[in-house]
Amino acid sequence: MSNLSGKTAIAGIGATEFSKDSGRSELQLAAESILAALTDAGLTPADVDGLVTYTMEKNPEVEVARALGMGDIKYFGRVNFGGGAPGAVVLQAAMAVATGVADVVVCYRAFNERSGRRFGAGVQDRGTEPSAENAGYAWYTPHGLVTPAQWAAMAGRRYMHDSGATTEALGAVAVAARRHAATNPKAWFYERPITLEDHAESRWIAEPLRLLDCCQESDGAQALVIVSAERARDLPQKPAIIKAAAQGISGSTAMMTAYYGDDIGHLTEMTLVADQLWADAQLTPADIPTAIIYDHFTPYVLMQLESFGFCGRGEAKDFVRDGNVELGGRLPINTHGGQLGEAYIHGMNGVAEGVRQIRGTAVNQVADVQNTVVTGGAGVPTSGLILGADR
Amino acid sequence: MTTETTPLTREQLDPFAGKSCGPDRQSRDPIAQSDIRSWVEALGDTNPIYVDEASAKATGRSSIIAPPAMLQVWSMAGLLKKPASPPHGARQELIALLAEAGFTSVVATNCEQEYIREAVPGDIITASEVIESVSDQKDTALGRGHFVTTLITFTDSDGAIIGNQRWRLFRFAPPNRKPAAEARPPRPRPAMNRDNAFFFEGTLAQELRIQRCDGCGTLRHPPSPACGTCQSFDWTAEAMSGRGTIHSFVVNHHPQVPAFNYPLVVALVDLEEGVRFVAEMPDAEPDDVSIGLPVEVRFRQQGDDLALPYFVLAPSQPAGER
Repeated sequence: MSNLSGKTAIAGIGATEFSKDSGRSELQLAAESILAALTDAGLTPADVDGLVTYTMEKNPEVEVARALGMGDIKYFGRVNFGGGAPGAVVLQAAMAVATGVADVVVCYRAFNERSGRRFGAGVQDRGTEPSAENAGYAWYTPHGLVTPAQWAAMAGRRYMHDSGATTEALGAVAVAARRHAATNPKAWFYERPITLEDHAESRWIAEPLRLLDCCQESDGAQALVIVSAERARDLPQKPAIIKAAAQGISGSTAMMTAYYGDDIGHLTEMTLVADQLWADAQLTPADIPTAIIYDHFTPYVLMQLESFGFCGRGEAKDFVRDGNVELGGRLPINTHGGQLGEAYIHGMNGVAEGVRQIRGTAVNQVADVQNTVVTGGAGVPTSGLILGADR
Repeated sequence: MTTETTPLTREQLDPFAGKSCGPDRQSRDPIAQSDIRSWVEALGDTNPIYVDEASAKATGRSSIIAPPAMLQVWSMAGLLKKPASPPHGARQELIALLAEAGFTSVVATNCEQEYIREAVPGDIITASEVIESVSDQKDTALGRGHFVTTLITFTDSDGAIIGNQRWRLFRFAPPNRKPAAEARPPRPRPAMNRDNAFFFEGTLAQELRIQRCDGCGTLRHPPSPACGTCQSFDWTAEAMSGRGTIHSFVVNHHPQVPAFNYPLVVALVDLEEGVRFVAEMPDAEPDDVSIGLPVEVRFRQQGDDLALPYFVLAPSQPAGER
């Protein structure tokens, strides 16, 4: 158990608009979102002394600092494994702040992921330079398994086979996301809800995944400001206390291709994250009225609900029924619309929604949210957070 | 899987019925006993009424007769020069219509002959051919297509009918053959290094080699320089049987990478030795694939220096005989 719980907080959030074609550089998106987050926190670029982002981020810390006129940066670090990182960048920032290495750490993620390099196109041009990272793809890309959806479909098929989850269970996740996006003006799919029938009739991408099982590709940026809980209390926004932050690699965890464990529908690394979060925050699933469950592909949402113990193993297909994960249900998830409905910002927009639920300012606000869970990408080395209200 | 075709309506096909296939064809010479003898000897037909006058008369005939099965022979064009086909006949229009709709291949399916009177030496035969019918679209083992039947009527120099022949062709869409590897962009190549080179050396030798730890005997895939169970760095590449069962699979539809055919089945297979392995199933129809089915590995070259494994569905056999 770590001694990090309660020592730090997210004091500011800021984002660009979410679009399919931002019309400006990724660096500009990063700078705009960071400035917005600092403004939200009542701080300025001169206050920043730490930067954390993803290894996949293409905007170097030096360019970001120069663009915004930041002062001395005493801590900078990056986290690997794509969408697995949103909780992890917050964990790094919190550790830097809690240890006194830095005082104001900004986490950021910015990309033109739709108008520029689309992740959905996969890694067909992966190099043959003999690194272990490249060699890892040797077992998939030469066989035509080149995109995230295809990698996810393999685990999804087996999970559905073992749990009995049908396309309807996947559809329930998509319908919930789109219902929430429909009332969120920042969401790409604002005012565009879908039905289970829409989901079931959408075209195949990689069976058993249909178009509406897959998250969007988006242009946009999201930034977060992490300071000590003590300092956060003096800033304008209601603090979102970092009650727990954790990472996980466990057993046969792999980058989207964890195909070799005993049960490939069981997310060992997400279970490791969940166990740490519950222990560090001294909370249980019953304490969580709403959660942000990383939704790159719908089957992984079902698996994560089981990893966190919101329902039993194999029971997510029943748990998501009857609007149970929509507003008004037992556990509304992804109230901003998620990455299926709002935007795909590598999970960082989900952290921001967790903060808004704690502040009480979400467009689809759940009543009396004292604590919320935010998860990182599933099927990859991952991370998660429990954010809570102060005191 | 066949090539894309366009459905044709009866309104498009029916007008061809009854249309002539072109000018009549007349035999170049009268029927001669020497031609008959060559034909029956080549076919081993020993019936004496084709070659022996006395035997023919003994059956009540006035002379030897031409074998009825030679009906079509007399008006054939011969080996040296074929009569030029009319460029714009009904037959050519029908062939063009079918080809436009995707039915570009042809095979003769059957021939029915009807004999009205026996041909004898001295007869001069004239063949007259019309399109009799074009069938609805049919799906066959060869592919999808239309049967085209023509009727050839054979007459003598008085215009009396000797016999007729129904000649049926199947004009079809050829199977969508996978282009040779050179014809499409190369598939993504595996990055090879000191940890996985043994595997690709194995596939060139038609073997699916998996690492087995020398320390504790554990099989491991994907390859690794050390054993996660006992930390030994010593290992041996061992050839697997190539047999296994499908643990999971995907059917890829989108996006389509030019190197592959879609829909593309890729399977995660439990090898019978106890490790899992991912490979394409390029010949499998998606509907035929399900979790638990037995598969067998095959190999194919990708250029001179690379071979990749793939899986095929195993022929079904009772348990215990494998």
